Amino acid sequence: MARMKFLCDSERCIECNACVTACKNEHEVPWGINRRRVVTLNDGEKGERSISMACMHCEDAPCAAVCPVDCFYRTDEGVVLHSKDLCIGCGYCFYACPFGAPQYPQVGNFGSRGKMDKCTFCAGGPEADNTKEEYQKYGANRLAEGKLPLCAEMCSTKALLAGDGDIIAEIYKERVSRRGYGSGAWGWATAYKSGTSA
Amino acid sequence: MRRNFWTGSVLKPALWAVFILTMALAAPMPASAQQAAPADEAALLQQLQGGPVTGRVSIPDAKSAVLIQPQGREWRDTLNGPVKSAGGWLLVLTVVGLAVFLAVRGRIKVEHGLSGRTMERFSGTERFAHWLTAICFIVLGLSGLNLSFGRSLIMPLIGPEAFASLTQFGKLAHNFLSFPFVLGVLLMAVLWIRHNIFNAVDIEWLRQGGGLLRKGVHPPAGKFNGGQKVLFWLVVLGTIALAVSGYILMFPFYVTDIAGMQTAQIVHAVAGMVMVAVILGHIYIGTVGMEGAFDAMGSGQVDVNWAREHHSLWVRDAQARGGGDD
Repeated sequence: MARMKFLCDSERCIECNACVTACKNEHEVPWGINRRRVVTLNDGEKGERSISMACMHCEDAPCAAVCPVDCFYRTDEGVVLHSKDLCIGCGYCFYACPFGAPQYPQVGNFGSRGKMDKCTFCAGGPEADNTKEEYQKYGANRLAEGKLPLCAEMCSTKALLAGDGDIIAEIYKERVSRRGYGSGAWGWATAYKSGTSA
Repeated sequence: MRRNFWTGSVLKPALWAVFILTMALAAPMPASAQQAAPADEAALLQQLQGGPVTGRVSIPDAKSAVLIQPQGREWRDTLNGPVKSAGGWLLVLTVVGLAVFLAVRGRIKVEHGLSGRTMERFSGTERFAHWLTAICFIVLGLSGLNLSFGRSLIMPLIGPEAFASLTQFGKLAHNFLSFPFVLGVLLMAVLWIRHNIFNAVDIEWLRQGGGLLRKGVHPPAGKFNGGQKVLFWLVVLGTIALAVSGYILMFPFYVTDIAGMQTAQIVHAVAGMVMVAVILGHIYIGTVGMEGAFDAMGSGQVDVNWAREHHSLWVRDAQARGGGDD
């Protein structure tokens, strides 16, 4: 079975934020929550790069390791998902996550954290596939429909790739060898044990 | 004939001089800019030495500009490693130590027997402050320990759903009861701080181990003995550490960034576990460990013989003031 991964080719990302918008629309993500965001490094300087970042669905997921109620699980395809029924909104996953993926709607007392929300790789949650309950809590389950994450599908420059980790790593390596340079597949060294050294 | 400005024989050498000078000054610049600004992940992470990689975002949530924060890994390793193992062992050894102490030393009796006459040790206000703090602390301590150890100890017993409900309730209780807890400690601090200044009597008391280890040894003590004064200051300082770190966590991003919250969480966990261990000892000596001790905080009235043995100077002063007996 394929191991699902994201890869953002920062040589191609033009910071159009279509991935962010597509994600918010597809999953009807509430105000204040961004499952995906685009961060620009060295803005306005030489060597400026933009990177689209969301949950990287890590191999050894730090969120799952620190969760006090063990609400995280991995699908057969390596997607890291969580149960909002179990989540207590403690914030530990946010402290541990290298990518700032966990988001919290402010519904708790004193404006503190509600149940955590994050990128699902468009794979829903523990509820039955494509049910109303699943959509309300986690958004669309495109994987169950045989589709890939919408952020990457929408990407106009194909900077953001989503899918079988081996295939997208191969695509990236080919790009790097053709153009002769690359600034790395951002987050891969942190999220996965196997890199994309090309 | 129109003279071409650019090919003018006078200006030409001057322009060349300016051009060459400009190139000479500008030449090192592109090279150094390229060296300083490669957005390469491995190089950048190495350059930042574990610090976060931060850029700019166009969404209004400024804190999401942190692209990668590798220090989350250290936080995870510290919490799941030394904090939980050392804290766990501290608590286990405290309970075992107290059990061994009870088995060896037994319950500390009032040596001269109960006199049947009592005197007031703690007023209603003092007992209110104590029990307000105590009840909050028990819930705070249990819900805190559940957050650290429940996943491995309780969840396998009751299942993930029941455990999540329990922990959710614990989180709410932990957040809300923190306020009356801090209030209780504040009240105790105001009521008792003047009785908790260390003096020579306390040094002697501590030197003799409070007479805890041998029968018939009762070093003199005032309203509070050396041990109780140590406890008082541990509670005050522990509460300051717990309250500051706790409220930082309860109000995310109000005071600190993510690195500050990671530190606050470690401080909170360590201070919490140490406090639980200290209070276990306090509960032990106030209940099963010593005859007559519970009455002080129970009814507020203690037996005069108990008071003479454990707080001789306090009894003397109370009787000199005309209070005390009956």
